[in-house]
Amino acid sequence: MAAGPMKMRATLVGGNTEVRVLMTHPMETGQRKDPTGKLVPMHFIQQVLVKVNGKVAIDSQVSQGVSRNPVFTFRLRGGAKGDRIEVSWVDNQGESNRTEAAIA
Amino acid sequence: MKLRSPRHARLFVLLGALALLAPAAAQDAKKEIERYQRMIAEGSPVELFELQGEELWRKPQGPRNVSLEKCDLGLGAGVLKGAYARLPRYFKDADRVMDLETRLLYCMVNLQGRSREEATKRVFGNADRQSEMELLSAYIAGRSRGVKMAPGMTHPKEKAAIELGRALFFHRAGPWDFSCASCHGEDGKRVRMQDLPVLYKPAYARPVVATWPAYRVSNSQFKTMQWRLNDCYRQMRMPEPNFASDATIALNLFLTATGRGEPYRGPGTKR
Amino acid sequence: MNKVRRLLLQGAGAVAAGLLAPLSALAAAWNKDAFGAKSAPDALKALGASDAAPSREVVIEAPEIAENGAVVPIEVTSGVRGTTALMVLVDHNPFPLIARFDFAAGALPFVKLNVKMGETSNVRAIAEAGGRHYAATKEIKVTIGGCGG
Repeated sequence: MAAGPMKMRATLVGGNTEVRVLMTHPMETGQRKDPTGKLVPMHFIQQVLVKVNGKVAIDSQVSQGVSRNPVFTFRLRGGAKGDRIEVSWVDNQGESNRTEAAIA
Repeated sequence: MKLRSPRHARLFVLLGALALLAPAAAQDAKKEIERYQRMIAEGSPVELFELQGEELWRKPQGPRNVSLEKCDLGLGAGVLKGAYARLPRYFKDADRVMDLETRLLYCMVNLQGRSREEATKRVFGNADRQSEMELLSAYIAGRSRGVKMAPGMTHPKEKAAIELGRALFFHRAGPWDFSCASCHGEDGKRVRMQDLPVLYKPAYARPVVATWPAYRVSNSQFKTMQWRLNDCYRQMRMPEPNFASDATIALNLFLTATGRGEPYRGPGTKR
Repeated sequence: MNKVRRLLLQGAGAVAAGLLAPLSALAAAWNKDAFGAKSAPDALKALGASDAAPSREVVIEAPEIAENGAVVPIEVTSGVRGTTALMVLVDHNPFPLIARFDFAAGALPFVKLNVKMGETSNVRAIAEAGGRHYAATKEIKVTIGGCGG
């Protein structure tokens, strides 16, 4: 199953960079039952990486306690227009996605 | 009343203080809920649905294998900026008042050559798979961000639809003898923690029409006005109205006309 | 072994190796013990953060009432000098540890995220700085809104 859309915006705010990333992911806890009464298996993002110009700036371990279709906001020290930001995730089923944007 | 002891006096003062606190506590609760609503809107995945809607808008479909990009939503073929804010309105080619979803259906049938049956097979989706109508609505509505709501109100059919909408709003029916006004017709009403807006009053209608369609965090679903109206009838234990029926369009126009002038805030995020 | 690493080594899934290789090399291992802990104290123990002391420098910004527990917006900032990680816990969740964020020099100790809350509970934010831990808590009431529609 292809990962759903992901969107990220990196903007300069007061000398620092604010990174807001939207992810499509069911973040299933493994406790929910589908309409037939069957338990939907655990399916959630486990790792999120934020890279600046190729270097890891934030390394996140995430669990099923994060809401469905996660939205994270991070802040980076400094930053300049055009710096390359990359956000990527991997989930517990080995699926992944990534997106890139330049600081605007 | 004679206070028997200092202990009674203290109790009395405490009760008095609590009585004064109650309205203040209710105000605090309201403030915190507003803060919740603001914070979920700021951290909302709603843009993802707009992106998916844009893809669908550009996707060639149907027997004619064309996209919806030439669809006229009222401001000209393919003009999207501000189009949602001018709906519902009368369309000459269809000789009918239409809301967004009705107009999209019209374009699916007339531009793409699709059958009404196929295009309406699954108008309301779910968290795992949103419907075409829902995603398209997100995208098109998003293109009216900041534009003042100004639905059609001058054409005779628009005027008739508003009157029909108003009549439906107050018409009591069904096993509970409910109308929209049963919940949305009186100040100070609430369902659990939800304040119920008095929707025939502009002050209440304005923020409502400025935030639909919307993402519902409670079930992670993006929902449209057609769904909202349908679900209200279901909750009133009345038969669910047909998709894009005159009744739903009339209600939608009545509500939007009542909320006119409000700058559209973009697809909303709600509990 | 970390489940993700196991999958990577098995080459499972339709995942491009080039995409994941950097992740596996640099990413911290997913702390199974901490995320599997069923109480906040157990999670803190597995995080090595049982020493967490209350600090005004760690700030949780969140509404006191959430209309729905499925999405509760939380913002955490740490003013403690040298903060290298933030952890977020919801005490009464079946698994209290929600997430852990490790910050390299280029990042600020700040995060905003949406968490799930099963019921009214304390939310805990822990900052890690210089091997020590600093905590803040905030109670958030969870209500069930509206007609359920």
